[in-house]
Amino acid sequence: MELAFYLSGLVAVLATLGVVTGTNAVHALLYLIVSLIAVAIVFFALGAPFAGALEIIVYAGAIMVLFVFVVMILNLGQGAAEQERIWLKAQTWVGPSILAAVLLGVLVITLWRGNTGLVIEGETLTAKAVGATLFGPWIIVVELAAMLLLAALVTASHVGRLPSATSGEHSGGDQ
Amino acid sequence: MNGIPMEHGLILAAILFAIGLAGLMFRRNMVFVLMSLEIMLNSAGLAFIVAGTAWEQPEGQAMFLLVITLAAAEASVGLALLIQLYQRFRTLDTDAVSGMRG
Repeated sequence: MELAFYLSGLVAVLATLGVVTGTNAVHALLYLIVSLIAVAIVFFALGAPFAGALEIIVYAGAIMVLFVFVVMILNLGQGAAEQERIWLKAQTWVGPSILAAVLLGVLVITLWRGNTGLVIEGETLTAKAVGATLFGPWIIVVELAAMLLLAALVTASHVGRLPSATSGEHSGGDQ
Repeated sequence: MNGIPMEHGLILAAILFAIGLAGLMFRRNMVFVLMSLEIMLNSAGLAFIVAGTAWEQPEGQAMFLLVITLAAAEASVGLALLIQLYQRFRTLDTDAVSGMRG
């Protein structure tokens, strides 16, 4: 269990670094899928199999397929990777990386000094307990999630219309 | 088998969050910006799972379900905006839409 946790945590960090430094969008998406599956294995190792299965099905399955389809629709040409390489100069990424590293350092030191002494034994929390929580005391939260998804559906179908479908629009302003 | 300290799990979540934050700041392509947002939401979910399993309460996994719902909603709206950006400006550069009209 410890070996699975540390190894898949390492894989997750390396794959995530591959995502943010990649120049090809499809390669970065594949790295992101590897990262999400590694995090799912972390969940299994910690004893949360329901969350791990959900991570693979919803995140690595549904959301990533959505990303891949959108990248396919955009049909980015050969110039996209070169454009990314031009944008990714050293002076672009050094400043934000230092800021994020400082924040990470503060967070790690705070966690290290907190010393809660809690140890995860890997005892499995099954979907039964999660379902009893969700549909017992947390039922209002489930309904809020349903309303959030409905709002996202309406927003996506409104915003995602192609410009040709809207008649007489002059916004945009390319060329 | 002596278990994993909770701090190690939280530090893994913090590392993933910091990588996502750095990516969000230094990328200009909107596809990569959305992917960095997904990384950050995912690390927040990982922190919930770690805390939930450390106290052996199911609330962590229930909260993770909400985080995943939020990520799905955010991804669908963000990708719709991305398609609009590409249709109108023929670019994925987020700086192309930095100006306001009126």
